[in-house]
Amino acid sequence: MMSIQPLLEVEGLSLAAKPGGKILVDTISFTLNKGETLGLVGESGSGKSLTLRAVLGLLPRGVEKVGGAIQSGASSAMVFQDPRGALDPLCPVVKQLTEVVYYRQKLSRKASRAAALELLDRLGLPDSLKHTDRYPSQLSGGQCQRVVIAMALACKPGILLCDEPTTALDVTVQRQIIETISALQKELGFAMVFVTHNLAIAAAMCSKLCVMKEGRIVEQGEARALLQNPQDPYTQMLMNSVLPVPELEGSV
Amino acid sequence: MKPITIDSPTPRNGKTGALSRLWRTPSLLAGSIMLAVLVLLAVLIPLISPYDPTKQDLSAFLQPPSAEHWLGTDQLGRDLFTRLIYAARTDLTIMVLAEIIPFCVGVFLGMIAGYYGKWLDTVISLITDTFIAFPFYLIVIIVAFASGAGQRGIYITFILVGWIVFARVTRGLTASFRRQEWVASARTLGLPGVRIMLRHILPNVLPQAIVVLMTDMVGLLVAIVTLGYLGIGITPPTPDWGTMIFDGQPFITTAWWLSAVPGFAVVYTGIALSLVGDGLADLWRKK
Repeated sequence: MMSIQPLLEVEGLSLAAKPGGKILVDTISFTLNKGETLGLVGESGSGKSLTLRAVLGLLPRGVEKVGGAIQSGASSAMVFQDPRGALDPLCPVVKQLTEVVYYRQKLSRKASRAAALELLDRLGLPDSLKHTDRYPSQLSGGQCQRVVIAMALACKPGILLCDEPTTALDVTVQRQIIETISALQKELGFAMVFVTHNLAIAAAMCSKLCVMKEGRIVEQGEARALLQNPQDPYTQMLMNSVLPVPELEGSV
Repeated sequence: MKPITIDSPTPRNGKTGALSRLWRTPSLLAGSIMLAVLVLLAVLIPLISPYDPTKQDLSAFLQPPSAEHWLGTDQLGRDLFTRLIYAARTDLTIMVLAEIIPFCVGVFLGMIAGYYGKWLDTVISLITDTFIAFPFYLIVIIVAFASGAGQRGIYITFILVGWIVFARVTRGLTASFRRQEWVASARTLGLPGVRIMLRHILPNVLPQAIVVLMTDMVGLLVAIVTLGYLGIGITPPTPDWGTMIFDGQPFITTAWWLSAVPGFAVVYTGIALSLVGDGLADLWRKK
């Protein structure tokens, strides 16, 4: 049976540390279709971020691909975990965004700036940003993350790669960022690979889930089905480790 | 850890005036004033002093300080104060000019080595490490001898040797920035490497490089004076602190100020430059 070509197909991907050859990601496979959101969940060091970086073609020094293939039918852009760290500290944010628009959308300098300001608007950043030069250190974490998302969207990606985009943020801001990303996805229709260790966020955002442990995918499937009926003991353990919200005394 | 704040609609007001920041950094302020005084004197000396720095007046040799000759005269009857400030002109001009090319070359090579790494880094590091292995003055004296006394020799020497320190500092900084997320991010967002280096890494590297420049200038000034003292630097009768210290030596018991005053001038300039360097480092660290 012929099905539609998936947007992203990772087959048997293996990554290893260069000297010594310790396997960091072990023959993992998954596919991503248009408009879908795939979640990679698991504890720190399970290889989620490395997988994401491999898809982007940005492996850190000392890590190399030793097997498998990544086929991507669309351009991808990444939203980083630490938004402040993902921005040049000495360059005004609007300028950084304009630069990306200029190089990716091949507009004139003036049009690039206009497009950048429009993106900022769309991400709900205040007007004060547009009039005076603001540096990343003058923005809150959430505002920085919005700028980083804007920079990723300026590439007009078919796939947005999110590397724990809310982990470094305040809880109240986390929700805003998640809602912003969801709204943008509905509007622009990009597919997403979403790395997180927060199962609640994964459940809310993702249509498919891959549970990773020590570089391997231990379980994958439809998000809802997988979370309601986890098969692998590790997935069950992961779910049990989520602290339940205690019932408040006196409340109904 | 960076503080994480709630998504507030208005960011805090940052940038204040450069002047008020200067005011809050006393060492920068003091250093700048000291340098400004010296530069102003050097520029205005033809208006301040009626004497010619090279014209001899053997009827008035070795005079002690007086109202006419503020710091006395030397063994050839030349006004010491006038010579001191004209020497500042010579030495400071050489110091600045001999630092410009090495600074640019060093920062450029260091950035390329740190950014691209691999064989380029190996080659550049090999050269810098080889130079570092030799004592600084050994190289300076050899090259100065080989290229002949006079200003040309000093320029050649420092262009050959001076870039090393900047290359080393910039290379290390660039390599550390290279590992940071924002450089990786800029690369994945599709900015060209040259653009990332010039518009993003350079501004981040420059503050440190300028602080190093200030301390390096002190070393360079001392080297210029030393070469003058050894007779392989600036040639007489051009006024220069090094030759002045040497010329005053035979009279150290009777007219000690002949050597002491130019020596003090070197120390004064060194302190001023160090203060500016420290102040700038403080200023940029606070930011």
